[in-house]
Amino acid sequence: MIDETTTVASHCEMGAGYRLLVLNAPGMAAETRPGQFVHVKVPTLEASALRRPFSVFDASGQDGTVTVLYKTVGRGTAALNTVKPGDAVQVEGPLGRGFPTECNGTALLVGGGYGVAPLHFLARRLRTKTTLFVGARTASDLLALDRFAALGVETKVATNDGSAGEKGFVTAPLDREIARLRGAGEAFELFTCGPDGLLKAVSERAVSLGVPGWISVDRHMVCGVGACFACIQRTVGGNARCCIDGPVFPAKELIWQ
Amino acid sequence: MAIDTRVNLGGLEMATPLTTASGTFGYGTEYLGAVDYSCLGAATVKGVRMSPWPGNQMPRHVEVPGGLVNAIGLQGPGIDEFLSHYVPLYREKLCGLPMIVNIWGGSIEEYAEVAARLDAAAAAASGAFAVECNVSCPNVKAGGHTFGQDPEVLRCLVGEVRKATRLPLVVKLAPNVPDVRPYVRACEDGGADAISLINTIPAMVIDVEARRPVLANRTGGLSGRAVHPVAVKAVWDAARATSLPILAMGGVYEAKDALEFLLAGATAVAIGTAVFSNPGVVREVHDGIIDYCRRHGFDSVRELKGAMLQ
Ligand SMILES: Cc1cc2nc3c(=O)[nH]c(=O)nc-3n(C[C@H](O)[C@H](O)[C@H](O)COP(=O)(O)OP(=O)(O)OC[C@H]3O[C@@H](n4cnc5c(N)ncnc54)[C@H](O)[C@@H]3O)c2cc1C
Ligand SMILES: Cc1cc2nc3c(=O)[nH]c(=O)nc-3n(C[C@H](O)[C@H](O)[C@H](O)COP(=O)(O)O)c2cc1C
Ligand code: FES
Repeated sequence: MIDETTTVASHCEMGAGYRLLVLNAPGMAAETRPGQFVHVKVPTLEASALRRPFSVFDASGQDGTVTVLYKTVGRGTAALNTVKPGDAVQVEGPLGRGFPTECNGTALLVGGGYGVAPLHFLARRLRTKTTLFVGARTASDLLALDRFAALGVETKVATNDGSAGEKGFVTAPLDREIARLRGAGEAFELFTCGPDGLLKAVSERAVSLGVPGWISVDRHMVCGVGACFACIQRTVGGNARCCIDGPVFPAKELIWQ
Repeated sequence: MAIDTRVNLGGLEMATPLTTASGTFGYGTEYLGAVDYSCLGAATVKGVRMSPWPGNQMPRHVEVPGGLVNAIGLQGPGIDEFLSHYVPLYREKLCGLPMIVNIWGGSIEEYAEVAARLDAAAAAASGAFAVECNVSCPNVKAGGHTFGQDPEVLRCLVGEVRKATRLPLVVKLAPNVPDVRPYVRACEDGGADAISLINTIPAMVIDVEARRPVLANRTGGLSGRAVHPVAVKAVWDAARATSLPILAMGGVYEAKDALEFLLAGATAVAIGTAVFSNPGVVREVHDGIIDYCRRHGFDSVRELKGAMLQ
């Protein structure tokens, strides 16, 4: 982990309130693994403001860049909107334990909202067949699907209002694919990031089926490095720190309220 | 000429007047790579008691203008794992950097027991150790605060801990007392080597839309920029009431903030909440103090202690 003075390479709108921020971060780019996150000091907030954590959407050691996909939800992300190419941004990273990039059989990736961000970087690094399941409220909330297509990832979509893909929850197409793979006797693993409800649903499936499940949990953070105990997730080993023991946990270790 | 940055905090030799604030710096090694440890004279680690402690429910913090309100609730592994895992890790990564171990308990006996365990472990380990007794955490019902709100109880607690350890003994006081003097005297009478202040200030944030407190614990403690002037006054009051060395903390974000503490009478300064937003603050404060000494003709940081003009 380092605290690097990065510069903004590009910053563009993706629709639905999301933006893609590409940072020149040669000090950390090569070290960054899928599922890890960065802790960003928003330059236009007051100096004492806490940093904001974002999963890494993409990182390239060759280009020396780290990319995050973020949604504007509050004053920190709103202030981040104003940074321009060439601006300096202080970033700690790479932080946390990410996803394994070895997978036995098909990798089933399940994402909701900005949860697709770490799954994109994961899809880039996985060498096995990969299918992405994305859930959203409505068609315009679907993000970066072209980027997954460019990686050769098959994508299955579910929206609550049926405006894209099938109507309903993403667990429906996921369960059908799980049934198909089990019927064919094929191995698979589950990888997920998104709202807690989704994480819990995927965890429960991994545990009950006895397959590896890798769950990326987001909790409000202060330090991001394991120093303050703000970001707790209950696990079989007690209260774990998401920023250092996670954010990715094996499904069988998590305890849901 | 090089400025002499060494200070002595109640028997603990520090190469610089700077340490970290307990609870903001984990078990010492978490910030490797981001903080310049060569600027620290010691690292102060998270509060430890006899047995593992789960802490409070989430949410445990909320950002407010000028700082942070937290109710972590002293989560920690307990003394056994602390000694078997975190102390060796610290010594492996940070070698001889003195470690100030923050301790707490649910009874006076527990404080003394933790101190005795540390005393024995320090004798067997390399590097310097000190004990910082937390009697001022606003976030746990049983421990902390109750012992720091009554001078007679405090004197008794400090006395028992004193009997349990030969390590430099620092007692960490609360800011929310009408007059700090009786507490300082209780520390002296009990045999403390130094005092530290301030801990966080009791605070609360309400989500008006939800009509509920934001923190699961309902109330918490305020730290960061907002508490700094309160801390300067508390340190100034304490310095005039005792000859014990003072470790000052509360909202240090730049060299000027640390210099205020030194001029008010502190021997050493801890940096806490500021590290979260800027780990570079440790080097900035260190270099700023040296620069100040040069500009004002001080050869040693020790000369700054209480050097405020009347
Ligand atoms: C490991 C991790 C990875 C994340 N990855 C992404 C990502 O790839 N893309 C993305 O858009 N968002 C991501 N988030 C959420 C993102 O950190 C928050 O949306 C952001 O901090 C909100 O800041 P704000 O000032 O705009 O919101 P405010 O609500 O004004 O923030 C107030 C405080 O709450 C914290 N906070 C608010 N919402 C969240 C949240 N959902 N999670 C954690 N802290 C929060 C803020 O950091 C800040 O300290 C991630 C969070 C974590 C913990
Ligand atoms: C997240 C957090 C956890 C803390 N935990 C402890 C603790 O375990 N023991 C203790 O004595 N003080 C604890 N404190 C108080 C700090 O050590 C310090 O006294 C206070 O935050 C003021 O300094 P600052 O404004 O520089 O942070 C904690 C503070 C914060 C913000
Ligand atoms: S955010 Fe500080 S321990 Fe995780």
